[in-house]
Amino acid sequence: MGRYVIRRLLQMIPVFFGATLLIFLMVNVMGDPIAGLCGDKACDPSTAAQLKKEFGLDKPVWQQYLTYMGNVFTGDFGTAFNGQKVTELMSAAFPVTIRLTIVAILFEIVIGISLGVVTGLRRGRPVDTVVLMLTLVVIAIPVFVTGLLLQLLLGVEWGVVKPTVQPEAPFNELLIPGLVLASVSLAYVTRLTRTSIAENARADYVRTAIAKGLPRRRVITRHLLRNSLIPVVTFIGTDVGALMGGAIVTERIFNIHGVGYQLYQGILRQSTQTVVGFVTVLVLVFLIANLIVDLLYAVLDPRIRYA
Amino acid sequence: MRGATHAKWAAGAVIVALAATACGGGGSGGGGGADGIVSSSWGDPQNPLEPANTNEVQGGKVLDMLMRGLKRYDPKTGEAKNMLAASIDTSDSENFKVTLKDGWTFSNGEKVTAKSFVDAWNYGANLKNNQKNASMFAYIDGFDQIHPKSGSPATDTMSGLKVVDDKTFTVKLNQKFSTWPDTLGYPAFAPLPRAFFDNHAAWLSKPVGNGPYTVDSYTKGSKLSMRKWAGYMGEDKAQNGGIDLKVYTDNNTAYTDLTAGNLDLVDDVPASQLKNVKADLGDRYINTPAGIIQTLAFPYYDAAWNTPNAAKVRKGISRAINRKQITETIFQKTRTPATDWTSPVLGEAGGYKAGLCGDGCDYNPTEAKKLIADGGGIPGGQLKISYNADTGSHKEWVDAVCNSINNALGNDRACVGGPVGTFADFRSQITQSKMSGPFRAGWQMDYPLIQNFLQPLYYTGASSNDGKWTNADFDKLVDQANAETDKAKAVSTFQQAEGVVRDQMAAIPLWYQNGSAGYSTRISNVSLNPFSVPVYDQIKVS
Repeated sequence: MGRYVIRRLLQMIPVFFGATLLIFLMVNVMGDPIAGLCGDKACDPSTAAQLKKEFGLDKPVWQQYLTYMGNVFTGDFGTAFNGQKVTELMSAAFPVTIRLTIVAILFEIVIGISLGVVTGLRRGRPVDTVVLMLTLVVIAIPVFVTGLLLQLLLGVEWGVVKPTVQPEAPFNELLIPGLVLASVSLAYVTRLTRTSIAENARADYVRTAIAKGLPRRRVITRHLLRNSLIPVVTFIGTDVGALMGGAIVTERIFNIHGVGYQLYQGILRQSTQTVVGFVTVLVLVFLIANLIVDLLYAVLDPRIRYA
Repeated sequence: MRGATHAKWAAGAVIVALAATACGGGGSGGGGGADGIVSSSWGDPQNPLEPANTNEVQGGKVLDMLMRGLKRYDPKTGEAKNMLAASIDTSDSENFKVTLKDGWTFSNGEKVTAKSFVDAWNYGANLKNNQKNASMFAYIDGFDQIHPKSGSPATDTMSGLKVVDDKTFTVKLNQKFSTWPDTLGYPAFAPLPRAFFDNHAAWLSKPVGNGPYTVDSYTKGSKLSMRKWAGYMGEDKAQNGGIDLKVYTDNNTAYTDLTAGNLDLVDDVPASQLKNVKADLGDRYINTPAGIIQTLAFPYYDAAWNTPNAAKVRKGISRAINRKQITETIFQKTRTPATDWTSPVLGEAGGYKAGLCGDGCDYNPTEAKKLIADGGGIPGGQLKISYNADTGSHKEWVDAVCNSINNALGNDRACVGGPVGTFADFRSQITQSKMSGPFRAGWQMDYPLIQNFLQPLYYTGASSNDGKWTNADFDKLVDQANAETDKAKAVSTFQQAEGVVRDQMAAIPLWYQNGSAGYSTRISNVSLNPFSVPVYDQIKVS
């Protein structure tokens, strides 16, 4: 187990460098960011040159990358064009997005898995058909439609909630955005759980468990569900990274000042420091979430061993 | 409707969840009358909030509340009126003597003196400080020393600025510029307290100024609370208790919040909502002219566009554009067809002259076709209008302009749009003179003077002369106008210069842009100034 974890951690290093280098190059390909700082006017050349020098943009790209990575390892993620430290932006944005992700993941786990178990055990019955159709509908509708519709109905028409989230973004205000963000994944979780449960319900170990005379409840939770969760856990694990980085649409609709918003603004303003900094952290989150998922396999299925 | 079915299902789940956590919505609180707080939409300013470093409207909003300079532009007429200046005298249009009014202080108690101005201007002009508006000080003598074309500045002060006593300082310009005092309402010319220089970081996190509001709290990237300052000296005291500027990720979201009653003022109604705005807000929607003109500029560094015949082609293109139809259908009348190269906010006396463009801006497809044929056709055979595709609704109108041209010429391939991914990339292609055809050019005035609509854009080698147009007659007329001490005469000379722009069709004027805003029933007396910034201090809360 220990050796496995170390091997996985070592594998992260090249992935980390590769991903950051790619992002760095991509942002650089977009052209000269300083030109966009002066509105429709031309920046006066000497100020532009001075700014380029300050942000290190006058150096060749490889050198910029090396300097940047060197700084990152000392905890300095650089400064965005509005004069704020990128670490400052991160400490404001990540807690908000983490809260949003937690809400979304909870929705996926609670609603998704329970619906999956219910339908998996009642395959072919009306409840199964109804839920399947509903998940199909959810998957088919883009997130921004769901988001705008819920915002309009609940926030404006019926006045049940505030249509937008305050800058502090407390948990209760993140319920609707979290649900919107989770909606598509939630539908996938339901379907994955359903299929997995339906398949394993016919497995030998389940039959044995029933034959031993175990109560139905215990058979389902301890034997059936635990083994059936492996594909679901894989999905949710990778979804953590996707939800954190992919919340741009949801965050814009509900005015959440999280990672998606900072990334969007960073891209619009071509702020290399912001974009690369945030993506670097997201890459790390993704890698770690994947590792945890792999380790969870062993916990869920005793047949899996890591050496 | 599938969407509706889904919404009901989801809404059911949501209501259950909400009931469980006992969370309810509700309107915004806050008192009324003179103490009422107005909440207003905001965008994260692009640059640090320094006066000489703020060149866009989001940062401009804050400075307009926080700072007062020598002059201030009347929010209604745009006329430059004395604010802190008791007088600005000159006998030769080149040397000015500025006298300050008594009794003004910054909100931290420090007196506003001549030094507050001179220090602030020297700071703004100094190349070391990376101020994006540094070129605003370019007319002051000694600017080339403090802001050299290359290398580091030789000095920290401009030789043209001299403090005489606490209330007086003199300014020497490096050229004659009779209307220079009228440029001083620009935020970059605001005075700064010592705190700005002594502890810069602290000032940036909580700016201190001499305006009708003070900064109560500032959470960068999300919210800025401005409160009325009781000790404010000016006539334009705040008529509300304060303004809360809230950063919105998207102007559609802000609009939704306004319609739901969570926000009082949206000063940028999204284009997609313009159709509904009458139904949603009724007469709480304002749409007034702003000092912004949109034009099509041409690359005169490309030899094909720099011929006498090409002027005919440009005029032909101009006449092929159906401005009225485009402003009505695409912009829902938030733009007005342009008939000169300035803006209606200048007023007649300020130099705006409706119809100066003459028949060059009239839509006439047959004449257009003839003119373009006379001029030898479109250089390269196809017109490609470049624009940035990331912000605004540029694609829509560029496509419409091209359609209009194609219809006039009876050729589907005569004009196409040329999108550029990001604004920064678009700008850098322009500054590197890489444009091969016409490109979108927007000009937002710095100060309401006809000079500002002509000299920076068309004068040889001027800072925003992106197309590198050059014309000796035009340059001569502008120099004459700047030296003219009589204001009316200066304006008419500028208009003569504008006539040169017209005859050459140096740039095709498209439309004047309006500022638009919507507000809630809680507030009244809302208006936009010529810079399309809400006049916050006049807003009344009921």
